Amino acid sequence: MRAKGLLLTALSLPAVAALGVLMLRTDRAIATDDPNTVEVELCDSETKVTVPKPANPTPEDGQAISDALMAQWRRSHPERDWVAEELERHTLVPPADNSGLVGRGQGATYGQISKEDVLVWQNETVKLAAEGSRVFHSGDELGSTIAVSCDMCHPHAANTHPETYPKFQVQLGRVALLRDMINWCIEHPVRGPKLAADDPKMRALEGYILAQRKGKALDYGRR
Amino acid sequence: MARPRFTSIETKHYAEREALYRALPHLDRRSFLRVSAAAAAAALGAGVRYHPHSFLTIDVAQAAVDHSFRIAYISDSHLYDRTVNERFVRQLLRAVDDINALDPQPDFVLYGGDLAQLGQRPELDLGAQILKAVKAPVRMMVGEHDWYLDMGEHWRSLFGEPTYSFEHKGVRVIVLNSVVEKDFWTARGMTPMQRMQTVAGLDNGVQSPFSVGDEQRAWLKKDLEKVSSKTPLLVFSHSPLYKLYKPWNFWTDDAEQVQAILKRFARVTVVHGHTHQLLTNRIGNIHFHGMLSTAWPWPYAPQGMPPLTIQMNRADPFNPADGLGDGEVLVHADGLVDKVYNLWNRDPVSVRRTYMTSGGKKDVPSKPNLASY
Repeated sequence: MRAKGLLLTALSLPAVAALGVLMLRTDRAIATDDPNTVEVELCDSETKVTVPKPANPTPEDGQAISDALMAQWRRSHPERDWVAEELERHTLVPPADNSGLVGRGQGATYGQISKEDVLVWQNETVKLAAEGSRVFHSGDELGSTIAVSCDMCHPHAANTHPETYPKFQVQLGRVALLRDMINWCIEHPVRGPKLAADDPKMRALEGYILAQRKGKALDYGRR
Repeated sequence: MARPRFTSIETKHYAEREALYRALPHLDRRSFLRVSAAAAAAALGAGVRYHPHSFLTIDVAQAAVDHSFRIAYISDSHLYDRTVNERFVRQLLRAVDDINALDPQPDFVLYGGDLAQLGQRPELDLGAQILKAVKAPVRMMVGEHDWYLDMGEHWRSLFGEPTYSFEHKGVRVIVLNSVVEKDFWTARGMTPMQRMQTVAGLDNGVQSPFSVGDEQRAWLKKDLEKVSSKTPLLVFSHSPLYKLYKPWNFWTDDAEQVQAILKRFARVTVVHGHTHQLLTNRIGNIHFHGMLSTAWPWPYAPQGMPPLTIQMNRADPFNPADGLGDGEVLVHADGLVDKVYNLWNRDPVSVRRTYMTSGGKKDVPSKPNLASY
């Protein structure tokens, strides 16, 4: 659901408006019992609204229908702006700025780096860290049986020191990676089920913690 | 061939300390000092870095002679309902046991706020029930976790008004509600629980900064109107009454205005909760001390640390109650205080009035072996 929501938020409002007009033109309008109204359906095949049937459809009618569809989609997707909302709640250290690369080549196959490339890199990277922040701050997402979340001891991921791993951890009896300590915390202070190394939540947690320590020199093995 | 059994530094340290404590009742003070010095030397010989706060009973015993009265504190227990999380409940019970074991008993026990985690009735009721087991009289202070579900309604029904003052053995004691936040919830259409959960997140940037507010500042001014500037003040606030680190609300927005009201008094001590750590500051005549939590330790703020603060060792995640505890405030005849941090599973730390008045030159508490990252 979330992935689909993001896809749609990525589309601009005029694009959705155009889509509405397009749907009318391609007969995605479905007749209703009332001859004066028509039901229109969004390209997600889920979102539907019933609107007055225009006698001679104008671009304004198309816009009104698109707006109605968008409003309906927003209502049914309360988490649509989840990245922005998460960043408002919990500030995130921004990723590296790659805008200086725009216009440079990246090899014959890919052509030149465009603004869109840089934007996609930025957005996707922030999205992973924001998802990590969401999990980090939620006992429910972490599966805690005692309503404890990571931020209770590590506000803004403070004192997580990912730059010090790998290091030998006496209590674990082996060299620990960041994910081993994340899992240790999930199992003990948080009292939840541990995550597989490639679990999307583990990847997101690692992403968030590493993002928050941007600029710290790697210093593996440090006590 | 059998290898000799390895004994860790920690095990040796605890064994030596245990031996010392067992020997204590049989010693006069002179022998006590001799034995403790010998034990310290033995520890040094065994390769342990000598830690001046090991065997701190000496400090506490001496302090006990000349202070005029003492107060104990428990703070930041963050209780959920007992069916949700029994760990925080057990930790508060441990603090109550600590305080009840003090001999002599403190004149009163100050509860430093954040008794509940989400301000819910079962949480506050449970806390009130546990605190009834404290033998000494209990004085309550409110924290943001107690308040923002029902805006203090249930807390007040249990404990009364959050702002009050009283005279105790020549000291004016003032308790404030320093966690007043501007309305961020109405415009966002938040439910009371959403408001509470927003405030409950230390690093949640949607909430407002803490303040004491106009109303309480006016009250404070009036309350102190007839109090002589020679009277020592002991002020309790949940947040530190200075500006340390805004993103975590280690902060009071109108701190300067409150400090201005306290300025004409020669001896002022502010003891605060919220920061869950050993924290020391001095601004002019005002000495500030933090309180420990019984629930979880906070890391130190990444910037703005007061120069007088000597950080406690960073908490060991493998030791569930590490960095937590309770403590005491020893009030001397001159109105200045020694602040005792009774860290569970570690040696206690005393931040003495002489450390404060000498600007950090005398009686320096021990530096941490493992500082923050």
